[in-house]
Amino acid sequence: MATATASPPSPTISANAIPTRENLVLQFIKAQPLGFAGFLIILMYFVFAIFANWIAPYDPEAVDFGAMLSSPGREHLFGTDQYGRDVFSRLVYGSRTALGVGIVSSLFGCTLGALLGAASGYFGGKIDTIIQSIVDIMLSFPLIVLAMVIVAVLGKSTFLGVDMNLVAAIAIPMIPRMARIARSSTLSIAQMPYIDAARAAGYSHSRIVVRHILPNIIAPYLIMTTAFIAQAILLEASLSFLGLGVTEPTPAWGLMLSGTSADFYKAAPWMILFPGLAITLAVFAFNLLGDSLRDWLDPKMKG
Amino acid sequence: MTRGVCFLVSTRNNRTALALMAATCLLTAPAIAQEPKKGGTLNFAVVAEPPGIDCHGVTTFAFAHPGRPHYSTLLKFAGDHSNLKITGDLAESFEQAKDGLTYTFKLHKNVTFHDGAPMTSADVKASYDRIINPPAGVISVRKALHEDIREIETPDDYTVVFKMKAVNASMLTHFASPWNCIYRAAKLKEDPQFPSKTVLGTGAFQFVEYKKGEVWIGKRYDGYFRPGRPYLDGFRALFVKSNAVATGIIGGQFDAEFRGRTPKERDQIMEGLKDKATLIQGPWISSLLFTFNNSRKPFDDVRVRQALSMAVDRWGGAQNMSKITMLKYVGGLTRPGYEYNLPEDELVKLPGYGRDIEKSRDEAKRLLKEAGVSNLKIKLVNRNVGEPYIPGGIFLIDQWRRIGVETEHSVLETKLFFDAMSAGNFDVLMEFISDFADDPSAQFDKFLTAEKSSQAASRHQDKRLDELFDKQARTIDVVERKKLTQQFEKLAITQSYSASLLWWERIIVLNKKVKGWENQANHFTGQDLTDVWLDE
Repeated sequence: MATATASPPSPTISANAIPTRENLVLQFIKAQPLGFAGFLIILMYFVFAIFANWIAPYDPEAVDFGAMLSSPGREHLFGTDQYGRDVFSRLVYGSRTALGVGIVSSLFGCTLGALLGAASGYFGGKIDTIIQSIVDIMLSFPLIVLAMVIVAVLGKSTFLGVDMNLVAAIAIPMIPRMARIARSSTLSIAQMPYIDAARAAGYSHSRIVVRHILPNIIAPYLIMTTAFIAQAILLEASLSFLGLGVTEPTPAWGLMLSGTSADFYKAAPWMILFPGLAITLAVFAFNLLGDSLRDWLDPKMKG
Repeated sequence: MTRGVCFLVSTRNNRTALALMAATCLLTAPAIAQEPKKGGTLNFAVVAEPPGIDCHGVTTFAFAHPGRPHYSTLLKFAGDHSNLKITGDLAESFEQAKDGLTYTFKLHKNVTFHDGAPMTSADVKASYDRIINPPAGVISVRKALHEDIREIETPDDYTVVFKMKAVNASMLTHFASPWNCIYRAAKLKEDPQFPSKTVLGTGAFQFVEYKKGEVWIGKRYDGYFRPGRPYLDGFRALFVKSNAVATGIIGGQFDAEFRGRTPKERDQIMEGLKDKATLIQGPWISSLLFTFNNSRKPFDDVRVRQALSMAVDRWGGAQNMSKITMLKYVGGLTRPGYEYNLPEDELVKLPGYGRDIEKSRDEAKRLLKEAGVSNLKIKLVNRNVGEPYIPGGIFLIDQWRRIGVETEHSVLETKLFFDAMSAGNFDVLMEFISDFADDPSAQFDKFLTAEKSSQAASRHQDKRLDELFDKQARTIDVVERKKLTQQFEKLAITQSYSASLLWWERIIVLNKKVKGWENQANHFTGQDLTDVWLDE
């Protein structure tokens, strides 16, 4: 029996049209300068997170009663909190928590959502109905409410310094949102002749999904992941603010705004001003990058 | 009228400092006696929801504050913390036999329940029987404290005699307990659970309504047995989140909150109310404890426990933490200032109380090394209650870091916290002492073996503490009892099964129109509102 040996042609752009890596970066900068600005801000946070030990001038958890509520200055760039802890150092280390939880949960939630959405759109029928019913139920809960329920039920479980249950609490509400987008993309791709050709060639479902469907929904996946990182950072900060996320004395932006910090808003406004700015800037940067990626990658947005 | 001792806490805000200074001067100056005025409704905040409404079964201020005005007890505490004494409530007079084995109470004859029925000795007996031998389904959380009562006799309608199995030096304190409410015997006979469903007492205020999460309302009981009391027409206890109290008082939504506020909230209210505030600051029979799980290694090693206690700079911490939290005083196992307290010169010789913190930490490091746990990692289980548990946790973790100990801070919801406590699921537990009276038996309860005390979380097996506890509890002679309690304190601190972090300061800011309320150094007693009036 003859077997197919060649993959059916994929409707991607021809090799000649693929820009080089260098061109790609330049093209993006040229086409999306705001997105590039967002990228630079994110890069700054990454540098903070990776090199926190070198950048932060003080131990972020060290209590120094001699420096309680010091105002911003040469000694303490962003001032100190009620325990004399250096606010700048806590912000620098806090970027580890924000990016760590934000990226891991966003990747986890979006990947699982993309797989579910692709399966739902590709197989259709009962599988589609079941998956979409679950998605509908999950979508009926606001993001923060669902995350609060999950974190309250799961409690805390730390792995490599990251609370995995907090990651799960942030990731799970993102799954249905990504699944819905992945499904709609899959539905249109599944109608393509090359998918029919793959089926006719006798390829397994898993091969078709992995080799031909998923690579073609990578653009929405990247856009959504970037956008969800911003949401995840905001969600982590909100949960920490509500006392459900990261616990003291771990440096985390949301935590820096919570508890008695608000009581000091008059005597030491820097205690809430700088963490608030850090969150705003990070969310703004990821949103800028996400929007720019969407404009750049989505052909419908061009022209 | 005497007021609580007031302290001026240093602040960065000059205007607040001036306001505080003015308030302090006002309070320390001889108070001019004012004639109490009748009428008005007192609105006060309660920052937690009562888990039940049966005095005998609850332990929280969340019930004591709205519930206690409806009830009377045999005895009660009167005066402020500097001049506190036990006095009669339903008892017109009381007598303790010289051998300490009999207590006789003569009751007021004109007392009626809010349904009009007269209160007699039968009601006292039925109420105490319910505490000592709760019928099936009734929860009596202080049963063990009353186990020395052998029998209760009622020779006539207005005399009650308590016969003891053994001498109990704390018995008068128990008779004055705000939790030993007197219920109507006939109602208890019909249904022993009656008090958990209906509020019916002989207190100064009659129950009107309780809307969960919203408000508890009481109105003056015209048949109250003390002539001329209460002054108020009624009260409204409003259930609010703790962080809404300061703005609520400033905005005039309520006139008081009786548990206690932080220094920052005090400053905020004082600044907001300006000359319309009364500040009452003073001691509080409450302390943060860090308790080691002695059934887990390496906390079964006294060197490790001592090292972890010696790492804590209590003297420096008290000075600084009091600026931002209610943690203020260094003390052993009883409230600093209490007559049975270990004197400071003896306290500083015990592990963890030395004034030279560097020397103390060097010794702590040596002890950890000797115990073979130089790189110790600890799980500290704490409550998700902001004040003062979280600041206490931050402080403790920082102190341990200074001797190289790494700590995971696990902050749990109250129920999960108590589950972890009873299951022994912790290395170190941030818990508390919080009682309605200075009483060694009450405060030492946490330091006993688990066999002896249901309150003890440390899981140690040191019977020497149990024996000393029993001895002091059976000693009426004050000098002898003091000696025994100090022996207990020294042994408990040296063994460090559980160690005191810092004692709390009670900060109450009232609207100036609220008069007649006094700080009894706890947030359970002094809440019957009988003597409270509004100057408006």
